[in-house]
Amino acid sequence: MAKETLFKGGEFLLKDALPEEVFTPEDFSKEQRLIAQSAEEFGVGEVASRREELEDLNPELVRDLLKKAGDLGFLGVDMPEIFEGSELDKISSALVNEFISQGVSGFSVAYAVQTGIGSLPIVLFGTPEQKKRYLPKLATGEMIGAYALTEPEHGSDALGAKTTAVLSEDGKHYILNGQKQFITNAGFADLFLTYAQIDGTQFTSFIVERDWDGVSVDEEEKKMGVHGTSTRPVIYQDVKVPVENVLGEIGRGHVVALNTLNVGRYKLGAIAVGSCKLLIAEAVKYAKTRIQFGKPICEFGLIKHKIAEMVVKTYVVESMVYRTAGLLGLALEGIDPAKEDAGHKTGEAIRKYALECSINKIFGSEVMDFVADECVQLMGGYGYIQDNPIESAYRDSRINRIWEGTNEINRLLIVDTLMKAALKGELPLLEEIKKVTGELLSLRPGMAEEEGVLAKEKNMVAMSKKIGLLSAGAAAQKYMEKLGGQQEIVALIADIIIEIFSMESALLRTLKKVEKEGEDSSQIQLAATCVYVNDSFAKVDLLARQIFAAISEGEELRTQLMALKKLARHTPINTIALRREIAESIIPVARYHLTKV
Amino acid sequence: MNIIVCLKQVPDTDSQIKVAPDGNSIVTDDVKWVMNPYDEFGVEEALQIKEKMGGEVTVIGLGPKRVTESIRTALAMGADKGILINDPALENSDALATGRALAAAIKGLDYDLIFTGQRGVDDDMGLVGATLAEFLDIPQLSIIVKAEISEDGKSVKVNRAVEGQTLVIESSLPAVITTQKGLNEPRYASLPGIMKAKKKPLEEKTLADLGLDPSQVGEGARKLKIMELTPPPQRETGKIIEGETPEEKAAELVRLLHEEAKLI
Ligand SMILES: Cc1cc2nc3c(=O)[nH]c(=O)nc-3n(C[C@H](O)[C@H](O)[C@H](O)COP(=O)(O)OP(=O)(O)OC[C@H]3O[C@@H](n4cnc5c(N)ncnc54)[C@H](O)[C@@H]3O)c2cc1C
Repeated sequence: MAKETLFKGGEFLLKDALPEEVFTPEDFSKEQRLIAQSAEEFGVGEVASRREELEDLNPELVRDLLKKAGDLGFLGVDMPEIFEGSELDKISSALVNEFISQGVSGFSVAYAVQTGIGSLPIVLFGTPEQKKRYLPKLATGEMIGAYALTEPEHGSDALGAKTTAVLSEDGKHYILNGQKQFITNAGFADLFLTYAQIDGTQFTSFIVERDWDGVSVDEEEKKMGVHGTSTRPVIYQDVKVPVENVLGEIGRGHVVALNTLNVGRYKLGAIAVGSCKLLIAEAVKYAKTRIQFGKPICEFGLIKHKIAEMVVKTYVVESMVYRTAGLLGLALEGIDPAKEDAGHKTGEAIRKYALECSINKIFGSEVMDFVADECVQLMGGYGYIQDNPIESAYRDSRINRIWEGTNEINRLLIVDTLMKAALKGELPLLEEIKKVTGELLSLRPGMAEEEGVLAKEKNMVAMSKKIGLLSAGAAAQKYMEKLGGQQEIVALIADIIIEIFSMESALLRTLKKVEKEGEDSSQIQLAATCVYVNDSFAKVDLLARQIFAAISEGEELRTQLMALKKLARHTPINTIALRREIAESIIPVARYHLTKV
Repeated sequence: MNIIVCLKQVPDTDSQIKVAPDGNSIVTDDVKWVMNPYDEFGVEEALQIKEKMGGEVTVIGLGPKRVTESIRTALAMGADKGILINDPALENSDALATGRALAAAIKGLDYDLIFTGQRGVDDDMGLVGATLAEFLDIPQLSIIVKAEISEDGKSVKVNRAVEGQTLVIESSLPAVITTQKGLNEPRYASLPGIMKAKKKPLEEKTLADLGLDPSQVGEGARKLKIMELTPPPQRETGKIIEGETPEEKAAELVRLLHEEAKLI
């Protein structure tokens, strides 16, 4: 473990990490496994066993379960011990998120808010007094938290919030007026971590207690999915918020809001891993027992393809999530939670990985949607019928592409973060772009026959980085600071970056496993990595071509496409055979089997 | 009150069990190992008694290194110490040899009460409690659903469910109690518990440490030999009886029971 290395946010684009430099699920310590196991036991015993009761909103039961989780320390996973938290490392806290909810959205969403956006603003930015006052109660579940940022007129554009805060004449209170929209847990929350403009310009975060005069909630929304969760508007009418309840600095509410979301985003990746694994188990079990044309449907090639795709993508998200958790863990090392500046330092450390957090959010939510969708498809008509938990999983999954910043907004953020890091000199992006452009003339066609485990795939990842730099560089050069105005191109660049991070995470994980445990016991992981990287590499090629075609023409375009052709050259492998191998390995065990927890 | 809980690690009941090519063991590659559920009752009961009366709970497991994970779970639930008896010679030991090894490890300890599960859910043998009590020469109270320690800590009153009745037995201590479902509701390991467990002592002992001879245990010393393992027959898919009305369905059911199943 000692060799894991702290890379800078976004640095993966410029530098090839060695397998031993990243954290992988094969590195889980005994302790971490035990924590995962106890979360799973709680999830199976207390949550999954009441799936039906949690299908529709059942506030008493949700509160009760949160309390039980609190008694066992599960609510305080990211809170310091001195405030009654369990203070787990980031890997353990991701594992708890993966295992505790067992796909029951009525619990999982309330839990994610309570331990994430509904308490983290205080954990990260609260004063010692605020922490003392609220964290112990949030850790036990005596208080339920909510995060009230979105407004009817301000969703993605949340920092433009309309809610106002005016200092009272005696200087003791801020008077809040306004309305928040779609607030999770609102029906039974005791605490709203909320945002308002002071003097119309200073976006600031506040801690608001539900009992205070002027705080009210409107009716429950009727939603497409996550029916077991509470979503309501929250209304502030002349609410007197004591000045001590300003959270973070005045005018710096965006720091509170965005850093909290960053954590929420990567955790969403962990939750996605958990859901995908459960869906895979259901899908395979079904495919083994459903007989059509005289045999179980799992024996059909197209069904095997589906099963393999679900497994491959889940393996990739899993690799990515724990790699990111490892990075965040390293970044947070040495911060003393008892110190005044702990929150500030933590926020600063997390901010640097905003790019990775966004990737986890986008990729996790899209894989989860893919897996849920294919699971329905694999079950045919039965997948479409209510009472089959898959039907609700499909609807539940959909929200994840919308909240915590829509996937569009997160794609824009990826490129924005990268460009800012480059301009600030935090990342030598421009230098690297120059280097790659310079190399091009002398570049020999890639993909010489390389020897060794995953040598081809390693090369493809390296080439993808060059392609990414080249196309992003060309776009940046053309539009300069106006690149943000070319959203379609920005999203294409973001997609290349997502492909690179996902490919590389799986690649490094598998290489590390092979180094540690040998090739024989890593056959399926090797197959999954080959399948993913091969498909992904072709995608990167296409994405880059779209970018070049949009920004250049004539001779310039021809030169760029020629360079791309050199970089993207590869011989496709037989992914059909590999997918069959993957599917055939999981069918007997009927559960996701690429990770031992 | 010092209590010892014996713990076995077994395949999770959700695991897909495959018979190994040798025909008398199982393939363990993909198996998820967990604490024998009956032993969880033992851990819980021991913890409840300790919480009432004070003392220490020691967990003893026997098996390969992986068993430490289950011992750690018991420590995370609240047990104080762990001992793992781990020796290659113990592989394939029967209940007699297991009881012998456990007794050897327990003999030197200061104990008032011992819990074992009434059986392991893997091979359902149900003998270790009895062999252990015999080797230690103390009473055995088997398949117990309730246990009450006397105030002076010298005796125990236990209940066993028999044919819808309850048998109440009293015994002096120390004694071995084998646990039955219904004894209690085992707690979950809490996160602070898991963190604390890291620092709790977990000793490993070999046969030599226990003063036993390899010839007394393992495959060679088996009094019981497993001849063959066979998987249960594949369950045939059920049949849904079609019909417009309940009467029609009932008539069809009777016809099938008579003509196809030949039961009536
Ligand atoms: C069930 C549920 C629970 C929720 N829980 C909470 C909660 O607890 N707390 C909270 O604060 N909020 C919560 N939300 C709100 C959620 O975060 C927002 O819905 C989300 O941020 C999107 O905002 P919006 O709905 O206003 O969509 P809009 O911002 O109006 O977006 C509409 C579409 O336009 C796109 N778009 C917007 N801006 C741009 C741009 N600049 N460039 C390109 N495309 C753009 C979006 O991607 C989207 O596709 C919840 C929502 C739901 C449905």
